Amino acid sequence: MIGDLPIYAMHCMTSLWEALAAAWGLIAGFDATLAQIVGLSLQVSLSAVLIAACIGLPLGAAIAVERFPGRQTLIVLLNALMGLPPVVVGLLVYLLLSRAGPLGSLGILFTPAAMVIAQTVLITPIIAALSRQTIEDAWREYDEQLRSLGARRLNAAMTLIWDTRFSLLTIVLAGFGRAAAEVGAVMIVGGNIDGVTRVMTTTIALETSKGDLPLALGLGIILIGLVLLLNMAAALIREAAQRRYG
Amino acid sequence: MLPLLLEQLTFAAGGTPIIKGISARIEAGLRTVILGPNGAGKSVLMRLCHGLLRPTSGRVVWSGLRSGDPRRHQAMVFQRPVMLRRSALANVVYGLKLAGKSQRESELRAMDVLEVVGLEEHARRPARVLSGGEQQRLALARAWALGPDVLFLDEPTANLDPASTQDIENIIQAIHASGTKIIMTTHNLGQARRLGDEILFIGGGRLLEHAPVDRFFREPASSEAAAFIKGELPWH
Repeated sequence: MIGDLPIYAMHCMTSLWEALAAAWGLIAGFDATLAQIVGLSLQVSLSAVLIAACIGLPLGAAIAVERFPGRQTLIVLLNALMGLPPVVVGLLVYLLLSRAGPLGSLGILFTPAAMVIAQTVLITPIIAALSRQTIEDAWREYDEQLRSLGARRLNAAMTLIWDTRFSLLTIVLAGFGRAAAEVGAVMIVGGNIDGVTRVMTTTIALETSKGDLPLALGLGIILIGLVLLLNMAAALIREAAQRRYG
Repeated sequence: MLPLLLEQLTFAAGGTPIIKGISARIEAGLRTVILGPNGAGKSVLMRLCHGLLRPTSGRVVWSGLRSGDPRRHQAMVFQRPVMLRRSALANVVYGLKLAGKSQRESELRAMDVLEVVGLEEHARRPARVLSGGEQQRLALARAWALGPDVLFLDEPTANLDPASTQDIENIIQAIHASGTKIIMTTHNLGQARRLGDEILFIGGGRLLEHAPVDRFFREPASSEAAAFIKGELPWH
C-alpha cells in the first residue's frame, strides 16, 4: 500500500503534464471546438455586460444624485444583490422562461439569449451598486460647484458619469469578468447543449466530470488568461487616466 | 440685481444654529469682505446669499432684480477649486454652455478670459494637473466668463502661496474694475485691508459690525472685532 503511493502520485503528475501539453496543443492549433466555445462565451458575456451597463450605469447615477424616500433601503438592497448566487439567478430566469412561465411564449429557454438574460440579471446590480458609490463620491466633491454653475440634476448626472468614466470602465470590466466566470446560471438556463449553449465554464465542469482533462484545462487556461488580461487592462486604463487627467 | 438685502437670516444644521439672525443691506459698487474667525459662519452666510443653502428662516432678497432667476446673475469661487476632468478650456466652456451659450460662442469667450488670467498657454491641458494657484485662477476665469453681476469668493487664497495669492488678488481687482460686485470671505486681515471697501464682521453666527474698511480697522465698534484685529496683528 505504502509503496504504491509514489507511483500513483507520479502517475497523476504525468497525466497532469500530458493534459497540459494536450491543452496547449488545442490552444496553439486553434481547435475548432475550443474556438467555438470561447466565441460563444465572449458573445454571451459581452452582450450581457453591454445591456447591464446600459441599465446599471444610469440607475447608479440616478440613485447617486437623487434624494427620494426609500433610497437607503434601495442602496442596501442593491449592495446585497451584488452577492446574488448565480444558481439562484439561473433558477429564477429558468422559471420565467420555462414553457409554463410568464415569458415561456418567447421560447428562448436553452438558447444563448436565455444565457444573456441570466448574466444580465446577475451583473446589473453589481454595475449599478458600484457605479452608485463611485458617482456619489464624485457628487459630494462636485455638488456645490455644479449647482453654482446652474446645472440641473440631469446635467449633473451626465457630467458625473463622464468625469468618472475610467472608474466606471473598471466597474464594467469587473462585471464582464464575473459574467464570463460564472457557471451556475448559464448551466441552468442554457442547458450546456453541445455546439449551441456550451460556454467555457459549463464545458470545464462537464469535461472534468467526464475525465477529458485537456479540453477542460485548455479552457481553464484561456479563462484565467482572459480574467488576467481584463484586470491588467483595467489597471492600465486607470493609471493612464490618472496621469492624463489627474 | 443689487442692493442685496438679508432679512433676519437664520440657518441651523441638524438643530445646531449656525447663523443667528443676520440683517444687512449690501450695496453695489463696494467690495464687501466678510471677515471673522474660523467657525464664525462666514462660508455658510455666503452659501445662503448664493442660494446653495436654504435659510431656516428669514430671506435673501435681490431687491434690484426686476425679473428672472437671480442665479443667472451670480457666480461663486470656492476655497478648494473643483475642476472637472477635462481641459482648462473645457472647464470654462462647461459653465458657459450651462448658461445657454453656443459651443462656438463659449469657446471664444473662454479663450478671452483664460488670456486675462494668464492661462491661455494651458488652455488644452487637463485642468486637474494644473498647480493649485493655476486651478484657482481657472476657477476665477470660469466664474468671470459668465459675466456675473455679483461674484462670491469663499476664502479664495486660503490654500495658496504668497505669489499665487498675489495673482488671485490682482484678478479679483480686475473683476471689480470690470463692474462686477465682489463679495468675499477671508480670515486674513491683510487681505481684507487690501481688497475690501467695507467689512461685515461675523462672530458666533451674528453680524457684529458692518463698517467701511478704514473705520473698521481704526476704531472697531465691537470688543470682538477689536480683539480679532489685535490678536491677529502680530502674525501679519
